[in-house]
Parts: sequence; C-alpha cells; structure tokens
Amino acid sequence: MRETINFKLNDKPTRLTVDGERTLLWVLRSELSLTGTKFGCGEGYCGACTVLVNKEAVRSCQFPVKDVKGKEVITIEGLAKNGNLHPLQKAFIKHDALQCGFCTPGMILNAYSVLLKNPQPSHKDILENMDENLCRCGAHTRIVQAIKTAAKEMK
Amino acid sequence: MKKDDYMDLDFSDIEAHFPLDRREFIKLFGGGIIILVSLRDAEALPQQRRRVRPELPKDFNAFLRIGEDGRVSCFTGKVELGQGIITSLAQMLADELEVSLGSVDMVMGDTDLCPWDMGTFGSMTTRFFGPPLREAAAKARAVLIELAAEYLKVPLNKLKAKDGVIFDITQPKNQVTYAQLTKGKKIVKKLDRKVSLKAASEFTIVNKSVSRTDAQEKVTGKAMFTGDIRQPGMLYARILRSPAHGAKIKSVDTSAAEKIKDVRVVKDGDLIAVLHKHPDEAGKALAKVKAQYDLPEAKVDDKTIFDHLLNVAPEGEAVVQGGNLQTGEKLSAHIVEETYLNSYVAHATTETHTALVKIEGNKATVWASTQTPFRAKDEVAQVLGFPSKNVRVIPPFVGGGFGGKSNNKQVVQAARLAKLAGKPVQVAWSRAEEFFHDTFRPAAVVKIKSGVKDSGKIFLWDYIVYFAGERGSQQFYDIPHHRTVSTGGGWRGTPGSHPFGTGAWRAPANNTNTFARESQIDIMASKAGIDPLEFRLKNLKDKRMLGVLTAAAKKFGWTKSKAANGRGYGISLGIDTGTYVALMAEVEVDKKGAVQVKHVVCAQDMGLSINPEGAKMQVEGCITMGLGYALTEEIHFKGGEIFDLNFDTYEIPRFSWLPKIETVLIDAKDSPPQGGGEPAIICMGAVVANAIYDAVGARLLQLPMTPERIRAAMKPK
Repeated sequence: MRETINFKLNDKPTRLTVDGERTLLWVLRSELSLTGTKFGCGEGYCGACTVLVNKEAVRSCQFPVKDVKGKEVITIEGLAKNGNLHPLQKAFIKHDALQCGFCTPGMILNAYSVLLKNPQPSHKDILENMDENLCRCGAHTRIVQAIKTAAKEMK
Repeated sequence: MKKDDYMDLDFSDIEAHFPLDRREFIKLFGGGIIILVSLRDAEALPQQRRRVRPELPKDFNAFLRIGEDGRVSCFTGKVELGQGIITSLAQMLADELEVSLGSVDMVMGDTDLCPWDMGTFGSMTTRFFGPPLREAAAKARAVLIELAAEYLKVPLNKLKAKDGVIFDITQPKNQVTYAQLTKGKKIVKKLDRKVSLKAASEFTIVNKSVSRTDAQEKVTGKAMFTGDIRQPGMLYARILRSPAHGAKIKSVDTSAAEKIKDVRVVKDGDLIAVLHKHPDEAGKALAKVKAQYDLPEAKVDDKTIFDHLLNVAPEGEAVVQGGNLQTGEKLSAHIVEETYLNSYVAHATTETHTALVKIEGNKATVWASTQTPFRAKDEVAQVLGFPSKNVRVIPPFVGGGFGGKSNNKQVVQAARLAKLAGKPVQVAWSRAEEFFHDTFRPAAVVKIKSGVKDSGKIFLWDYIVYFAGERGSQQFYDIPHHRTVSTGGGWRGTPGSHPFGTGAWRAPANNTNTFARESQIDIMASKAGIDPLEFRLKNLKDKRMLGVLTAAAKKFGWTKSKAANGRGYGISLGIDTGTYVALMAEVEVDKKGAVQVKHVVCAQDMGLSINPEGAKMQVEGCITMGLGYALTEEIHFKGGEIFDLNFDTYEIPRFSWLPKIETVLIDAKDSPPQGGGEPAIICMGAVVANAIYDAVGARLLQLPMTPERIRAAMKPK
C-alpha cells in the first residue's frame, strides 16, 4: 500500500510516498539514488546492506520502509560531515581495510553501531559484534585494526 | 599450448583488434603525448608469448597519455577486482615517468578506450603487464627530456626529471613542466625497443607501501559498481531459474505476474524474465511465475561424485617424470598410499554477477562486473548480431572475482533482454542465482604412492591428479624416482564429468594439488619419525623454497618435534605463479572436532613487490579466504540440483575465525615481480590438515575438514 513516510535521512528531513512494504534497501537504491548501500544476499546473512536506523544497525534488505517513519536513518553517504570523513572512514583508509570495497559500507556502518554502544570495545567484542558481516576478500584483520584506531580517535 | 595451461584460454571466436585506427585514435585523445605499449615487443615475456595465441593483437596492448594539464592517464584492459592493481600499476608508471602517484589516472577495462586484453586473472597483471608499462613510462620520460632539451636549449645529458618537472642539473631554476611541454603537441610514439629501466635502488615509489588509491571512494559509498549505474528508462530483470542443471521446462504460467502493474514478462526460448522499473518489484513478480520442469535423473551427489570422477576419468598424461618408479619403491622402507578428495566450492563474491545493457540503434553499451570485458564485448556482439566494434563494455569497480567473473552469462542475459524490451535492462543475480550459475572449483581426487627410507630421504613419488588440473601438481622436492600425471581435462572437466559448470577458482588446481602433496609429505615424515620441518629440509634443494621455509620457521618460532604431540603445529609449502610460499599454522581442535586456527605465518618470495603493504593484504586475504575451503566450504547437491543457495548453509570465513596473521616478504627486489593474489591460498588446506594431525593425531584426507569428518578421523581405528 502506498503511503507517505516522513523520516530523517542523513540529517535531512525526507518525505516519500511509496509502498510501505518495500524494503529500505531498494527504496534507498532506486527512489533515493543512494547506491552506497549494497545488495549482497537479500536474506540478511551478509550485512552488505547494513544502515543505521535510530543508531541501530539494521539489515536494510529485510527492513520494510514503513518502519522508518519518524526515525533517523544513516547510510554510508551520510557519515562524512561537511566534507570531513568520519574517523571510521579515515581508519579504513589508513589500514587499507578493504579490497573490492563491496562490503565496506556495511562494515563501516555496523562498526559505527558497535562503537556507539561500546566506545572502547575489546578485540573479542569487535570480533563478536562484526561476525555477521561477511567479507569475501579477507580484509578482516585490517577491519579490526581500523575499528580499534577509530575507537581511539572517537574517544 | 598445453591443453591444461593455467590460462585456460577459450577465446576461439575472439575478434582481436583495437576499435579505432591510429588516426581516429589520435583525434579521440586530442593533444598530448601518447606512448603505446606492446607486450609482444618486450623481450622479457616468453611465458606470455607462449600462452597467447598467434591471432592476438600484434600492435599494442596499452598506452599512457600525458595530457596538456600534465596529468597522466594509463589506459589498460585490466580490471580492478579488489586486488589493488589500480594502485600498483600507477606506482610503476609514476616511478619511471617521474611524476607523483597522485597525478596518475587509471582508465581500466573500457573496451572503447583501452586496448585489447585477454582478461584479469592468473596473477598476470604485475608479472606480464608491469614490465612493458614501466618501459612505456621510461620511454615517455625520454621523449619529454628530448622536448625539454629543445625548449630549454640545454643538452640532454644535463637534464633530469623529477615530479613532473625537467630541470638543468647545473642550474635547477632553468626548468619546464611536463604540462608546458605537452601543450599543443600531438605526439604518438610506439614503444618499439627496450628502454633501460630504473634499478631497484633508484625506486622512489615502487617497492614502497602506499595506501590504496580507491579507498576514499570505497569508504564513502561513491565507488560505482555495475549495479549502481543508472540509465534513463532502464528496467530491472529477474530471471526464472530452473530447479536443477539439465532441467527442461514443460510449462510456464506467467498470468499472475503479468497482472501486476508495470510488470513486463519477456520470453525468449529458455529465457523467461520479468521486468520492472524497480528490482524488488521485479523479484516479487517473479515469485508469482509458476513453471513445471522435467528433471533429469540425478546420477551423482556430493558423496558419490568422487567414485564417479574416477570412473569417467580419461587416460592421464604425464606432466613430468624421472628415474624409475620400481627402483624408487625398492629403495623405500615405508610406502605410503593415500587418496585425497576435495569438494566443489563456490566463488561467492560479495557482489553477485551484474550487467546493464543499453542498445541504441545498432550499438550497445554494456556495464558489467566482469574479469573479461573484451570477451564480454564479443559475446554481446554475437548474441545481438552486431559488429564487435559497435559494442562497448565498461567495467566499473568489480566486487570480487576469484575466477568466477571470467564467465559473462549475466551479460548475455542482459543483452538479450535489452533487445527484447527495447529499453536498457539490468540483470543482477540473486544470491541463489549466484550459487546456481557459478562455475565451481571442481571436485577432485588425488592419488599418491610415495616411499621414504628411515633416514628420511624420499625415493619414490607417484602422483596422479583427477579433474583439478595440473597447476601446482609438479612437486619440488629432491626425489630421484618420480612421476606426476594429470587427467580430467583441467578445471573445466571433460564432457559428462561434472553435473554443472566448473571453472577457475583462485589459484585453480593448486589448492587441490598442494593439499594432497603437503599432507603426503607430513605422513611420510611421521612414518620416518622425523619432525615435519626437518623432514622437508632434508628433502629440499631449491634455494628459494629453503629461503621461505626457514624464514617462516623463524617468524613462527617452530621447534622440532615429531608430529601428533598435541601442540597443533602445521607446515605447508607451495609454488604458484612464480611465487614461493611457506605457511605455518597453529590450531586448536576441540572434542567435537571444531577447529580454531590461532596463528598463521606466511613467508613469501614474490620477487619485486610493487606495493609491499598491498602484497601483504593479498596474503592476508588468501589466508582468511582459504580457511573457508579448508574448514567449511562445500557445495551439497544431488544431480543438477544445488542445495546451498545462500550464506546460511554455505559458510564462508567470519571475524570470529580470524587467526593472528603474520607475513614475511622475502627481500627480492632485484628479481622480476611474480604473482601475489593467489599463492598463499594454496597452502591453507594442508597447513590446517597437518596442524590438526599434530594436535589430535587425526589425518584428514578430504576437504573441507568439517567437525564431522574430524570426529570420524579422531576415532581410534
């Protein structure tokens, strides 16, 4: 059913009339031209589509767009402020924490949600909380280092 | 060319030529200085020459252009898949040309702008494309210095180039920039002779670690992958997938899907698709298509496949042999005969195969996630009936390849649908389609009979590999009586061998061969009662192999001990794409047979490394990815039906699996660069298998080493 949805997207008030049952992933990618959020598996297993809704990491491929009403959504495009990269983005660059880059937006946003809840995570905390985000190229060790560096930076 | 050469070229219908003649080409690129690079002219390319068919282009393979703004563009048919060549190729160019890395723009894989290239695979970019690219840059620098001599009225030998500026060494203020020199010029030079290149001691950018030049785009979401490209009026397709390979459609009912607003159903023989302006809506409509199939009888499954392969294997061919096997057997005190198995595994790239095709008149533009854009160009031309020159393929960033994106099935599907729909059409495979249409690494069998004396000297090696391919099958130990045979037609198999498509998978064949060889070596070490490191040292003469082995042992802190003493250490050695690797690992195995790999050390001799940190990233990627085929990855199937269609049952490595990884790159900067993206992964099966044996005395002969298989091997016999 088409409905009007008001929410905040990357700090901007956004109004959208769409079928509320459509998933946030495809609305972002097709209606809002925000293609940084990726389709990886379509069933919530890989985390390439991770975005933040009210600062919680969600799998946008499983998330109906009607559920963002009145909420705040952050995608990879909204992480840098006034042209300044977020500490996580800087740390991913510094540690070469990516290869093909397809899982990267989801990795960064999931890591952001981890740090919002636990600003100084242990090595084990990072592994446990990143475990559901998949990277096929094997950039894992560097992603862990990048999250540690960003945590220090954000302190 | 040998039939199982690791390039596995299959470009029989290729039309190989640069799309523009030289005059058009100059018009297109306007002013500046253009240097054409020809791989075939370079003397140092015997391997490439051997592998390339004679009908491939004789003209040139890449070029670089110095524009009137002083920026340097490198046009190459190679593609960035995550392996980092967008950075390392620019480093090679910048160093020889004496410009900053930041002034180089890489234009990759665009079939209208870049000269023909066979594809990005086999760890060939740096090895074969690197040297001529460096020569072209050196030539460009020589041309610029000639122009500067004229401009500054200074003799050639008094001029030096640095950071895009040429100056008089006796009077450095007397200088001119590359941009000034190229202004108003239209110079095209072909690299027709070898120019002298910098010695390793002169490098300022090469062999230095630099950050990936694509990182900024990739962390901000700006990096464009094929699925991110938009064209006016484009439609998204979802294609009906049959339940099994070999299934024949009996009937199809698309009426329910057709009732959905804005949905178009397209049928063309076996291709049945629904199209919509939104991909998710197309997916919902596809779910309403009902089809009946005739399923072929399932003759094999994931358990019976190995017997089947042995039954259908053709006569093998000796890859290499020496001495006399009977003599070797007589000289041996212990004979070890084992059979090693590995299952089908998927590429499972995070980005599924994607393509967008736009047709205008008799021209087509294609955006595709592909490792072989020029092959895709010809495939699209063929299916549309267009001349090849009317098709342009543009590969944006590719979200992982590993050999899986050398096949362009999704590109052909998108081309057919764009023609039928009369609109641009994007095909992006679902994860289930990705697992179904993938060309898996083949299931394979290796049988080895080997013999060793109590002294620890190996005398016999009789090796036959079925259906993996011969890459990496040649052993490198000092064994007097040996034979290595390969059968089964390489990784694509022989007709009737595999129930679905198989193909190259990161370091094809070598993962299978190295698992078998290095496991067998450890079994012999145990028979002779010798520590596995000492046993290898006794049987090796190759200096480069000894170099990586001792470097790994030092970093790892290996201490001598007979295997199966509960400590959980393993070793594996291998050679791939000219690179030597030694891996050591420490594992823990619990009573349920679950393995945690705690620590992996890799020592790698890859000759000159262009970007050492980039090379380490590839090693870490190999080790992490390799944990998957070692421990969990396996396609379950019955006949042509694939049961693993997403990451719930097909388990790839995760953060919680991570070992501590340490990489030692042997300093070999005076030797030519070798492969970097594949070598370390070949050792992952055996290094973990040998460590499991050391930990719990269980010898695993089949990959992946699942808890169930480990428990079975742990049972006292």
